[in-house]
Amino acid sequence: MIALEDFYLLVGLLFAAVAVMTLREAGHPRRFGTALFWGLYAVAYLCGERLPPALAGVLMIAMALVAGCGLVKPGRPRLAPEEQRRAAAARLGNWLLLPALAIPVVTMFGATVLKDAAIGLRPLLDQKHLTLVSMGCGALVALALACLVTRATPLQGVREARRLVDAMGWAVVLPHMLAVLGLLFSEAGVGKAVAQVVTTAIPLDSQFIACAAFCVAMALLTVVMGNGFAAFPVIAGGIGIPVLVGAYGANPALMAAIGMFSAYCGTLMTPMAANFNVVPAALLELSDRNAVIKAQLPTALPLLLANIFLLYFLMHQ
Amino acid sequence: MTNAVNLWPLLGIAVVVAGFLLRANPVLVVIAACGVTGAAAAMPPVHILESLGTAFIKTRNLPLILLLPLAAIGLLERFGLKEYAQSAIGRVRSATTGRLLTVYLFARELAAAFGLTSLGGHPNMVRPLVAPMAEAAAETAARQAGVELDDALRQRIRAMSAATDNVGLFFGEDVFVAFGAIVLMQTILRAEGIEVDPLHIALWGIPTAVTAFIIHAWNLRRLDARIRRELARAKDVR
Repeated sequence: MIALEDFYLLVGLLFAAVAVMTLREAGHPRRFGTALFWGLYAVAYLCGERLPPALAGVLMIAMALVAGCGLVKPGRPRLAPEEQRRAAAARLGNWLLLPALAIPVVTMFGATVLKDAAIGLRPLLDQKHLTLVSMGCGALVALALACLVTRATPLQGVREARRLVDAMGWAVVLPHMLAVLGLLFSEAGVGKAVAQVVTTAIPLDSQFIACAAFCVAMALLTVVMGNGFAAFPVIAGGIGIPVLVGAYGANPALMAAIGMFSAYCGTLMTPMAANFNVVPAALLELSDRNAVIKAQLPTALPLLLANIFLLYFLMHQ
Repeated sequence: MTNAVNLWPLLGIAVVVAGFLLRANPVLVVIAACGVTGAAAAMPPVHILESLGTAFIKTRNLPLILLLPLAAIGLLERFGLKEYAQSAIGRVRSATTGRLLTVYLFARELAAAFGLTSLGGHPNMVRPLVAPMAEAAAETAARQAGVELDDALRQRIRAMSAATDNVGLFFGEDVFVAFGAIVLMQTILRAEGIEVDPLHIALWGIPTAVTAFIIHAWNLRRLDARIRRELARAKDVR
């Protein structure tokens, strides 16, 4: 069976390779700090559940401190020169698209056609993480095709992966650490505290104000938590179900759909949703790390307003 | 007792907000917020460490979507995938940045609505293909006007490419019945004794999904107008 665990090992080996390559680069501006950072991340992936929980916590804090002290820096950029890339593009033409398209195609194929495929009695793909595992297979197929098309070695692929990881720096681990914070928030009861404050602070005696408070609270809590899935149960339980459905008789399916979309408007506006907003800014090498959020505000804010009105006018349908 | 809920953990939120406002390193802000939240909930330090460690290991599936395609995409970049995408879009005469991104928005949102969320994404579509094409379309216009594309505008176009991917994904996937969010909504409503058909939740998402497309497409038109304006101004200056 191809399991998620296999891809954890693969990613762990990739980070270990990044750490070793960093260590071997003479003249790297922050050789040891950077190698330590990626080395620690490699340990988290390679050892996984075998690490005692407290030690894994120490590891995470150590990574954050190394990154926070500015000790993680990219090595020398080694992208091939532009004329060389243009020449390769002219020579390889449409063949370059083939590996790039292999990722979504194999992912879809794995998640649909191979869903129930089995070797003997064992399923071929990890059933609990079907999409991720299919995508991992897609990435490997793409790498193999890319090597075939360009006649480069897989090792060159690892070097190029290091170039991209280097360009993103600590932004790579930010979504991961934010997810940890989200879990800690729910363990500490932050959601309950927010619901308590919202329901006592806002007068919900007009139907329109109740609709507006519901949508805005959903977006705001998502801005804070970085995740609509964390905000939805809190605000739906605090305002949506007791007030909108209970007191004003709103259609629960509509309340749920518009509530979740209001939360998504929040996702578009927050650096806490790092994998959608901060990582792409790093990936596209933008100088302002909030540039993607700024580009999304003119869509998110009018859409939130539209949600309030859609909820208000459609709620008794 | 009406105030049985412990409000102290809200301090964690305060740390996050303050940290982002002060533009501190986000990774440090997150760790500080973890410490403050744990302490405010009266967890002993070892318990906080264990909670963090368990969560850190459990959520390490999250970065995989970003990390797995990097080797293949990086290799293709070395052999000119971006340059290929740019020359391909340069041959389409009517292509403007805004129109190109509107087509991508439509395709991304529609595919996500049919559950095909993997047809897109920042590492495997936006960085190697969508952003370079959007940039190249503006570059072609700049070349025709005989001016250079300035860096701020270039960065804005790239940011808008990432934004378009996000908007298409978010407001498309919730219209798909088998999506996790819909299952979550149904579960929460059921816990409160309300039965809803997942199909109804998906259907009631459509008005917002359409509105999202209209608003974002409008913003993409405004981006085109801004590109035209700035190119005209650069031409006048010259």
